[in-house]
Amino acid sequence: MARYVLGRLVSLVFVLIAVSMITFFLMHSVPGGPFDETNQPLPPAAKANILAKYGLDQPVWRQYLNYMSSVLRFDFGIPYQQPTTTVAELIKRSWLVSAQLGLMTIIVAFGLGIPIGIFAAYHQNSWIDTGVTFTAMLGITVPNFVVGTWLILFFALYLGWLPMGGWNTPESWIVPGLLSKDWIMPVLAYALAPLSVVARYTRASVIETIRSDYVRTARAKGLTSTRIMSRHVLRNALIPMVTIFGVEVPNLLTGTIFIETIFRIPGLGKFFVTSTFNRDYPMIMALVLLIAFVWGITYLITDLLYTRIDPRIRLGSKGVI
Amino acid sequence: MSQVQQENLHTAVQGAVTPNGIQRPHRTLWGDAVRRFFQNRLAVLGFVLVTFIAFLAIFADLIAPYDYARADFSRVLVLPFRDPLHPLGTDEVGRDYLSRLIYGARTSMLVGLSVQTFAVAVGVTLGGLAGYLGGRTDFVVARLIEIMTAFPGLLFAILLITVWGGGLHNVILALGITSWIGIARLTRAQLYQLREKEFVEAARGLGVPQHRIIFGHLLPNALSPILVAISFGIPAAIFGEAGLSFLGLGVNDPIASWGKMVGVSGAYVRVYWHMALFPTILIALTMLGFSFMGDGLRDALDPRLDK
Repeated sequence: MARYVLGRLVSLVFVLIAVSMITFFLMHSVPGGPFDETNQPLPPAAKANILAKYGLDQPVWRQYLNYMSSVLRFDFGIPYQQPTTTVAELIKRSWLVSAQLGLMTIIVAFGLGIPIGIFAAYHQNSWIDTGVTFTAMLGITVPNFVVGTWLILFFALYLGWLPMGGWNTPESWIVPGLLSKDWIMPVLAYALAPLSVVARYTRASVIETIRSDYVRTARAKGLTSTRIMSRHVLRNALIPMVTIFGVEVPNLLTGTIFIETIFRIPGLGKFFVTSTFNRDYPMIMALVLLIAFVWGITYLITDLLYTRIDPRIRLGSKGVI
Repeated sequence: MSQVQQENLHTAVQGAVTPNGIQRPHRTLWGDAVRRFFQNRLAVLGFVLVTFIAFLAIFADLIAPYDYARADFSRVLVLPFRDPLHPLGTDEVGRDYLSRLIYGARTSMLVGLSVQTFAVAVGVTLGGLAGYLGGRTDFVVARLIEIMTAFPGLLFAILLITVWGGGLHNVILALGITSWIGIARLTRAQLYQLREKEFVEAARGLGVPQHRIIFGHLLPNALSPILVAISFGIPAAIFGEAGLSFLGLGVNDPIASWGKMVGVSGAYVRVYWHMALFPTILIALTMLGFSFMGDGLRDALDPRLDK
């Protein structure tokens, strides 16, 4: 077990190094940079000074090594777009917003998706089931910025019930954030796709489990249907949820670019876009590394959770990427 | 064996013998697939939707009342159903919205098909080589796939666009580079299994040359999962283009793109709702059409599901 985890962590480190190299050299592969004359007309001496300050006058491989060595000291540099703060500070601030949005979305997606899926499974082939299946299909297929646009058109502009966008400052979010109406539409638009996935998988999984032999045996033993449901059906039917959790959570926690753009939420995704527009190298690097890291770690945790829940699964089998 | 499987087996056995005891006519995999596909109502609906979008894309020049780039500054921001000359209104520089919606179909289809062509060419080649040759080639390709998987697809596409700049060609290239991974992994896994099968061993024993084993025996057997992957890859690419253009990182003006139309509409949507509503409806219909079709195709190509 420990050996397996160690192996995975080592391979994660290699992947992160590869990702950082690709990103770094990609960003430096084109002429021009954040301090181009078009942005800031500067005397040559001043420009040389700025380039020297940020280490941009050195060869690219040197810059990469400098950068990586400071990353190891948890120093991610200074964002070009806001030189008065640090990248770490900026990410901390915006990550809080994305995480808060993501957390609410996860609660809505799993809190509603699982009961809806179970309900549909228990009323299989009824009109409720058909409705759920079709809505889930819509939720999975239609992009979230389309759903967000529809919500804005209907709830904000036609009915005038909800604000079009914006977000409370992170400091006041725990209770006032929930009471404010800001979060309703972004969370709905954001949650619809994972909610649909969760409902669909729960439904399929519960239907399969209801038909299994051991559930028939339990019924023959005369167990109450609540007991069959809680002890026999749900326990087994919800195993696939772990995989979905593993796929959806890093996505949701690292922020979606579209939702944050459309609802004007100052989270990670929004910062990623502004950083790419400004060619803010340190910020882009840090965001890419952060996201790749969160993905890698969540995949590992999912695999480990899997063995906990289902002892039949063995780790470290070959032939699977 | 579960109940469903038993039922399927039952009907399958029944279907093999016709009522009057005569042997049924010759059936092929593809004939069966087409029959099954068109028996599936949702699949047919998807097919109709996709055909409609493709029709708009191909005949845009003939259907559209105006050129997509023609701006009329005396008719800026006309609401729909007000001006008979512009039934669906105009945009912020007075371009006919109906025409731009029709030409948007062309952009979407062009991106969807080009990206998938790229993805298939690279993915099948790399995945096929890795799966067939194994060894060092496989190691390199597998690591490449692993690294690319660590990059969330859209993020990498955005990075590439940042470096290269926007525009139709760069969007196609950026989405292509991020979308071959799924097909490569699939092809690799398929060939991995197939190359150990008896019929391949038999072909090898008969002295069939390597390229004929790959193209004549292995790839045809891996074709149906690849086809299904393509049918889901096209809408993914269309979504990618719409998303990039929505963020302002996609195709350049004056090319019409639904995603860009939605993105631009943000500033005008309080009054000019049509700018947001119409392109989002078309994006949704396109995505739904392809996804119904993909589901139908997957079910049709799986002989175990025969009804």
